[in-house]
Amino acid sequence: MLGPFLETLIGGLLTGVLYSLVALGFVLIFKASGVFNFAQGAMVLFAALTVARLTDEIDGKALGLEHFVIAAAILGAALALIAWYAWREYVARGSGPDQRRKLALLAAGGALIGGVVAFAYGKGAWPLWLALAATASIMGLLAYAIERLVLRHLVNQEGIILFMATLGIANFLDGFGQTLWGSDIYTINLGLPKNPIFLFEEVFPGGLLVDPAELFAAGIAAVLVIVLAVFFQKTRVGRALRAVADDHAAAQSVGIPLNTIWLIVWTVAGLVALAAGVIWGAKLGVQFSISLIALKALPVLILGGFTSVPGAIIGGLIIGAGEKLSEIFLAPILVQAFDLAGGGIENWFAYMLALVFLLFRPQGLFGERIIERV
Amino acid sequence: MRLGKAALLGVAIAAAGLTVAASAQAQNEQFIPGLVYRTGAYAPNGIPFANGVADYYALVNERDGGINGVKILYEECDTGYATDRGVECYERLKNKGPTGAAYFNPLSTGITFALTEKAPVDKIPIISMGYGRSESRDGSVFQWNFPLLGTYWSAADIIMQHIGLKEGGFDKLKGKKIALVYHDSPYGKEPIALLEQRAKMHGFEFMPLPVTHPGVEQKATWLQIRQKRPDYVLLWGWGIMNSTAIKEAVAVGYPREKIFGVWWSGAEPDVRPAEGGAKGYQAAMLQHGAGQFGVHAALKKYLYDKGKGVAKWEETDEVLYNRGLVNAMLGVESIRTAMKKYGNKPMTGEQVRWGIEHLDLSAARLKELGFEGMLQPLKVTCADHEGTRAGRIQQWDGKKWVVVSDWYQSDDKVIKPMVDAAAKKYAAEKKLPVRDCSKES
Repeated sequence: MLGPFLETLIGGLLTGVLYSLVALGFVLIFKASGVFNFAQGAMVLFAALTVARLTDEIDGKALGLEHFVIAAAILGAALALIAWYAWREYVARGSGPDQRRKLALLAAGGALIGGVVAFAYGKGAWPLWLALAATASIMGLLAYAIERLVLRHLVNQEGIILFMATLGIANFLDGFGQTLWGSDIYTINLGLPKNPIFLFEEVFPGGLLVDPAELFAAGIAAVLVIVLAVFFQKTRVGRALRAVADDHAAAQSVGIPLNTIWLIVWTVAGLVALAAGVIWGAKLGVQFSISLIALKALPVLILGGFTSVPGAIIGGLIIGAGEKLSEIFLAPILVQAFDLAGGGIENWFAYMLALVFLLFRPQGLFGERIIERV
Repeated sequence: MRLGKAALLGVAIAAAGLTVAASAQAQNEQFIPGLVYRTGAYAPNGIPFANGVADYYALVNERDGGINGVKILYEECDTGYATDRGVECYERLKNKGPTGAAYFNPLSTGITFALTEKAPVDKIPIISMGYGRSESRDGSVFQWNFPLLGTYWSAADIIMQHIGLKEGGFDKLKGKKIALVYHDSPYGKEPIALLEQRAKMHGFEFMPLPVTHPGVEQKATWLQIRQKRPDYVLLWGWGIMNSTAIKEAVAVGYPREKIFGVWWSGAEPDVRPAEGGAKGYQAAMLQHGAGQFGVHAALKKYLYDKGKGVAKWEETDEVLYNRGLVNAMLGVESIRTAMKKYGNKPMTGEQVRWGIEHLDLSAARLKELGFEGMLQPLKVTCADHEGTRAGRIQQWDGKKWVVVSDWYQSDDKVIKPMVDAAAKKYAAEKKLPVRDCSKES
């Protein structure tokens, strides 16, 4: 009995880490802007679809040249934008030559790089590193577009308005991603070992089964958490983010640009979505259902608190382990004891677990206690 | 502002004129609705099927000028495999065209369940080819349902016969464990009754393991399989659930040769994402498999050479595309059968129902239609709305599906009493009139 229990526990914890990865994206945006970003799942799908289609080489299903040209153009445009931004900063500090001419030059340079990339790899699949770079740029541009077209116009609106806006973004991204890249099941090959590892074979009959792909994913998640923690605690931008999270108006009054902060946060959330998308995509195949994984992040957030990075991690672990253990060990007991019709319980059990926690800690495990004076 | 209103009025008048013109032209058209899903979680399986259906109707229009001169007017509505949206599509399309919808193919057992109560009221038949309620093959109770080519009880029985044969007889199954990994929906639950019956008959242990929609999270299920080590696993999945199941089987090291899918778990999108991992996996066939047959030559000549095909030509030999062709062909031939009695004009749903119930496709006719090698002859009657219950088993060799068994017939000694009991119960519950099929012609 101990063997199966431990095996389920390990499997659940590792799956939980994957839930945490998606939950992290929610936490980042909520922390810095108070917006519950319903589009996080759609961003995961969009990023994964982009990577999968750029590296796609399944026979007979290869992409048309135009997709690569578009992606390369976007990559080039993103490079040009970054260069332009850096250049403007530089110009702002000291006097320099004519800015417009430089801008045109840099944009042309970016487009040229995009063109070269499109030409070099246009006929076939892109290598993974290039697809990742292109997708990262695309996620950055997406963040820019969201900030410019949606959020900027909704500053000072109620949280629920911003939430509805992200609902719109989610639907748009779901549809747009599938229109652009297709709705088949695509694969992302990270070259991970597929065959299971068996631990402690001498102690438990058959050993404890561990999925190496999930171990790898857990490693990536750990690295991401460390990087994000350092980013929030140690860098100037990170401190600005925390200031914005605490009080928009006060942060603005000391000269922190709200729009830039939002842009950075959405970009970081986009990159987290990329990481989650690539890992989930490698595990399951990339397809519309990936965006539904976001629903798995909700109980994690309820449990861990909407504002805590460690909360997302611990919450993910508890939900992951809790739902797997309940499905295997609790479901048969429930079915027998109450003569139920049967059926999977893990989906609703995660929410129930989160709700039970809420009874005792309304702000979640690590959430900030809200004290409001009336 | 005034100008804007005038323009709006102009547009409205033009639109009204167009509608009148269109309806005048539409008098000699047969309207056929298509409930499809080209988006959402089940799109990878929905798209090739929808392409096959659309191409076959287009072929009939291009090659023959319609069914006996009556052009097919086909319109798709995307259900996303959701029952509520399916019902919405049904309501929107049921009265279209000069005679209303000829029939519906819900392509979802959930939607089929929902429409089963609406069909008799609206007098529109439902063709649920290879899915739907298993007891609905009893035409004396389910007048409007046609689960052509095979029900899930037939599918489960064919797989069990294959396993029995491999083991050297049903008596060898005593003491064995057989698990069913199923989509936790009306679809996935259908084979349970038959498998429980077979378990009782042969003394094997039956383990039902549900997977919740859309089926991307199956770790708990496969850990249970690893711990309880069933001798065989039957897979009743759809969409991404199938490829995920195979990937999880790889992750827990369960041999793929011991997994048998239903015919909705045996197409290219189910195995291709699992890459090498799917090799050895087997699935039941709804008669036809992958490959190109006589009808494909006609498709190439009349559609694809002219750039009118919906799919890519190299995808037209896939399992689900072929299934779309078969489904559309059965519908068209039913309408043709109805026209023999009612004349060459657009048929009403009621007339088409008569046509389906008298559908009789001989080997010669199938050859003529270009479906030789895909289907065996079938004959629908009042008492038997299934028409035929033959099937084979195919295996994925890593690149393509290979037929690995001879034809099986599901065992009516087991299934018929179950159908009779379930249909009788349904008729009593819904207070439905029961026809006496011996008096029908």
